[in-house]
Amino acid sequence: MSVDLSALPVWAAIAGSVFLVLGAGLTLIGALGLARLPSFYTRLHAPTLATSWGAGGMVTGSMIIFTAAAARPVLHEILIGIFITTTTPITLMMLGRAAVYRDRSEGDARVPPALGVQEREDVQLAMPPTSEPEKT
Amino acid sequence: MSLVILSAALWAAQTAVAVAMCLCAWRMARGPRAQDRVLALDAMYVCAMLQLLAFGVRTGNTLYFEAALVIGVLGFIATVTLAKFLMRGEVIE
Amino acid sequence: MRTAFRRAVPYPILTVSLIVMWLLLAGFNAGHGVIAVVVALGATHALKALGEASPPIRNWVAIPKLIGIVLYDIVRSNIAVAGIILTGRAMDKQTSGFIIVPLRLRDPFPLAVLAIVLTSTPGTAWLDYNSSRGELLLHVFDLVDEAHWIDLITHRYERLLMEIFE
Repeated sequence: MSVDLSALPVWAAIAGSVFLVLGAGLTLIGALGLARLPSFYTRLHAPTLATSWGAGGMVTGSMIIFTAAAARPVLHEILIGIFITTTTPITLMMLGRAAVYRDRSEGDARVPPALGVQEREDVQLAMPPTSEPEKT
Repeated sequence: MSLVILSAALWAAQTAVAVAMCLCAWRMARGPRAQDRVLALDAMYVCAMLQLLAFGVRTGNTLYFEAALVIGVLGFIATVTLAKFLMRGEVIE
Repeated sequence: MRTAFRRAVPYPILTVSLIVMWLLLAGFNAGHGVIAVVVALGATHALKALGEASPPIRNWVAIPKLIGIVLYDIVRSNIAVAGIILTGRAMDKQTSGFIIVPLRLRDPFPLAVLAIVLTSTPGTAWLDYNSSRGELLLHVFDLVDEAHWIDLITHRYERLLMEIFE
């Protein structure tokens, strides 16, 4: 389905543009955080900017523009928004768990030991803390 | 009038998302560890979805949104599988 | 009556969501409506083989309240995290860290909702959960006051989730 965008009223163009730029700006800030932040666990927070209001803003902008141009509700995009916001927590959680598991198995002292085995803390902390290990 | 505003906003949004994709690609190349690369790949998939969304608005065609959904499904499965691989060292067990 | 409905529609919320998704993708008309109902019922009956019960929702009134709180918190933490990234405060000073939160929730459904809420909010990431001790390992981006975060999770989210599900 395609709509004629030249029939778009000015208010819809302005409102939609604000949301589009806001969403894209938040996505950019998230990517900037991904590139600049110092450790994996802090970088884990950066993409959620893109997937919460980054995607939400762009989807809202697109919905405003299409609804106004087609003169009927176009809610198609909301699926993309719902999809991004429900799947990203799952991927981030799995990645976080994988990273914790890998760091623990390498004896990285900056990561807390497994929950429920606090009494073995002395064994876990036996390795001296190292600065940013360059492992793959 | 409205087309001028819209195309300026779309230009800004698409540039921002493209720069975001470049930053993700840089993080993916840089690492330092495998989980950083997978995280960057996941962020890049999201950026690709948003880029397609902006394309859909630019052309006034909702067909791009279906493509964005397909990218989303693929990205989700890919990241989950890679995270599982990082945890166990194998996918099929 | 109620059990007959349960047998015909094992997962009512999922069925409605699938029908709405199909109609949004294919377009609203009667023909697609019929296909959507058939597909949604077939898919949910196939899912019944997995043996998971439908989440028991006790308090429907609290759901919009939870959604409102979560949306507000996501907006607030978006602004906070964007500010930290742009000003570069996190680069020179180590303000992020791990916290362990004791949870009273035990049901998998409210825990899953809590996990999605916490992970999709910028600033908190769910890392590990120990089901026998009910402890949650969380990474917080801007960890100024540990007690504040534990208080926020247990009082703001956990209490509402217990109202909804238990």
